[in-house]
Amino acid sequence: MASSVLSIATQCVSPNASSLSINETHKGKAKLGGSTLRFSKSSGRISMTVAVNVSRFEGIPMAPPDPILGVSEAFRADTNDVKLNLGVGAYRTEELQPYVLNVVKKAENLMLERGDNKEYLPIEGLAAFNKATAELLLGADNPAIKEQRVATVQGLSGTGSLRLGAALIERYFPGSKVLISAPTWGNHKNIFNDARVPWSEYRYYDPRTVGLDFEGMIEDIKAAPEGTFVLLHGCAHNPTGIDPTPEQWEKIADVIQQKNHIPFFDVAYQGFASGSLDEDAASVRLFVARGMEVLVAQSYSKNLGLYAERIGAMNVISSSSESATRVKSQLKRLARPMYSNPPVHGARIVANVVGTPILFDEWKAEMEMMAGRIKNVRQKLYDSISSKDKSGKDWSFILKQIGMFSYTGLNKNQSDNMTNKWHVYMTKDGRISLAGLSLAKCEYLADAIIDSYHNVS
Amino acid sequence: MAVRNSLSGQLLRRSSVVAGARFMSSWFRSIEPAPKDPILGVTEAFLADQSPNKVNIGVGAYRDDNGKPVVLECVREAERRIAGSQFMEYLPIGGSIKMVEESLKLAYGENSEFIKDKRIGAVQALSGTGACRLFAAFQHRFHPNSQIYIPVPTWANHHNIWRDAGVPMKTFRYYHPETRGLDFSGLMEDIKNAPDGSFFLLHACAHNPTGVDPSEEQWREISSLIKIKGHFPFFDMAYQGFASGDPERDAKAIRIFLEDGHLIGLAQSYAKNMGLYGQRVGCLSVLCEDEKQAVAVKSQLQLLARPMYSNPPVHGALIVSTVLGDPKLKNLWLKEVKVMADRIIGMRATLRENLEKLGSPLPWQHITNQIGMFCYSGLTPEQVDRMTNEFHIYMTRNGRISMAGLNTGNVGYVANAIHEVTKSA
Repeated sequence: MASSVLSIATQCVSPNASSLSINETHKGKAKLGGSTLRFSKSSGRISMTVAVNVSRFEGIPMAPPDPILGVSEAFRADTNDVKLNLGVGAYRTEELQPYVLNVVKKAENLMLERGDNKEYLPIEGLAAFNKATAELLLGADNPAIKEQRVATVQGLSGTGSLRLGAALIERYFPGSKVLISAPTWGNHKNIFNDARVPWSEYRYYDPRTVGLDFEGMIEDIKAAPEGTFVLLHGCAHNPTGIDPTPEQWEKIADVIQQKNHIPFFDVAYQGFASGSLDEDAASVRLFVARGMEVLVAQSYSKNLGLYAERIGAMNVISSSSESATRVKSQLKRLARPMYSNPPVHGARIVANVVGTPILFDEWKAEMEMMAGRIKNVRQKLYDSISSKDKSGKDWSFILKQIGMFSYTGLNKNQSDNMTNKWHVYMTKDGRISLAGLSLAKCEYLADAIIDSYHNVS
Repeated sequence: MAVRNSLSGQLLRRSSVVAGARFMSSWFRSIEPAPKDPILGVTEAFLADQSPNKVNIGVGAYRDDNGKPVVLECVREAERRIAGSQFMEYLPIGGSIKMVEESLKLAYGENSEFIKDKRIGAVQALSGTGACRLFAAFQHRFHPNSQIYIPVPTWANHHNIWRDAGVPMKTFRYYHPETRGLDFSGLMEDIKNAPDGSFFLLHACAHNPTGVDPSEEQWREISSLIKIKGHFPFFDMAYQGFASGDPERDAKAIRIFLEDGHLIGLAQSYAKNMGLYGQRVGCLSVLCEDEKQAVAVKSQLQLLARPMYSNPPVHGALIVSTVLGDPKLKNLWLKEVKVMADRIIGMRATLRENLEKLGSPLPWQHITNQIGMFCYSGLTPEQVDRMTNEFHIYMTRNGRISMAGLNTGNVGYVANAIHEVTKSA
């Protein structure tokens, strides 16, 4: 204690130091309580320096770097020419450059020409965006929309929308748990933790097959207490790339209905998985068509390349329009003390693209192109590995997985080898982002994977 | 290559079976409808009103003399420069480094020693609301037993923010209804009586909703007393430049506290002073003892932000850093913000003149004594309801008037309405 006071005291002896004006006229030093006071003249009046300036946050430890975003930092620091960044899920062209979609540039130019103002959006966000996003997700002629049973609130991309959903659960379903897949996107746990919603896991990834542990998944969903929220990835599961088949989705819906659970979809890759917006929304639409009440978080980070604009939505599909109205009002009440109202720019871009038929068609084509590039890269990677690896290991999971990511099945040591020996940057769980892979680099990556798999344990 | 049966195809076959399916009872039955937001609900009601005479003096968004929203010229120019040239890759969790740097210079001083010594842990935030919420969450995590002292009255959303962050609130006296000014002795007493080391929320300038600010001398006394008590001062600065027209002058309270050696927290917003309302751009900063601590604090703020929104929106941040980073654009901004502030100061004078000319028996000098976008008129909720129901004038029920909603075209009408509802008071 004393030493901290002392060290603070020495810090405070600068000419323009803290000064207190008091009615004392003493000069020199004096003791007041436990602090040492120094007297100095400052602009004509006698003033005192109180040498107690301990920060309220002195004991705050340094937080660890983010496990996903830290990978890119390490990549940037690497000076080797052959380095490859397969860490964060951001789409890259074949030339490994970031990509701004043409429709986005067009939409932005339209917006610039129109000279739109920058007024506050309503708490629930841009109406045109909310309409467009719900229709994109469910289909414009979906009965749920026609019957006004969908409460949509613009959110800060997927993260912000998930956080709103989590906050709704915490407030209105106290004691309810969320079941999340093992594994899942790293930030899901942080979101539910910080929102104070308890969670546990359902089996999902089967390391033996590098595929879906379907039996385990169904068992765990069945075993959960009635009324559990089940977090499902609508398509292109992150990090594994492993999606249930249509038949499996039916069975998942069956057991969720039986147990009276509430499905909570995270849809971050609509259009990006198969290349078709409708096809990628099929799982969500299935559940809604069955009459279930569903929460759905959406993101436009990947499919419209709007990463940094933070544009997404939280949708609650409920059993009546009256209920949807109430739910929407409470989502707004949760959003207001978080950020008051959401950012306008990304919302306008989406509304313009989706709402303008010619832009919408162009978007669909660009989406197919992006998803197509990833499919090609998967094929090339698979071909390269299968032709080089003579061990007879089945690498077909590369083709079966879908979306931006592939769970390679490499363990932590093997992943480290990928980085340390081959300068391939990926997350420690064995996940690679195919969006960061070019056809040209497939052979090199194949070598790295084969080496890491066989020669490192 | 595996062939995936089209799930949507199967769906079509299935949907005919489930047409007319019984819905199970709603999970959301227990969810009550939320009350309308007291501030933003006013605009909703205004928009729904069909009357040609309607006036919106509710929400604090600047309007020009024609009642139109304004996009500053410096902002338009910045947007032209950044359009189409950016890859919209994720910002770091802590946001745009350039924007944060410029924000710190604006608030702490261009040549601040604290910036040089890297003692400030700072992140980009979702405007003022987001900055306050992030700080409240930070306060809750690292001082879980602490409370926040807020002035009476304060911006309504302050209550929501700290409450949802799990931090209990206490109040300190601020507004003096009898004088429509500052209850300085009450304020000082409450600061003195609070337990040592309490957290205090202070409005740096242009207090919302009252428009009543301490004088410079009063700020010095507040600073001294807070120092003696070892309280933590958290400033919400939503109107730098907007209050007096001079950003340096509007930061005076903060500079006094910094001189006195306080380690402050600060929420900054560009919603009003740069007209970037819907872009949600602001900054949260915490002044620390040294660089190491600042780095640790920043890392913890990032840890809180990641599960809220991952990383902040880029567009508004680019506008701010472009404007503040270019001397010519910054000068243009300074001129434009002065124009806005001057128009408001002018409207204050006009409103007061009109009321006095109408022969109102009540005193109205508080209209010109108060500063910033808002005026605490002294109207009661019942009088406010009359303003709305009889005159289609929309404002919040605490009697707060957004001066920015007044213009030469409607100030006479509004003065008349105020006179009508108060003349028998």
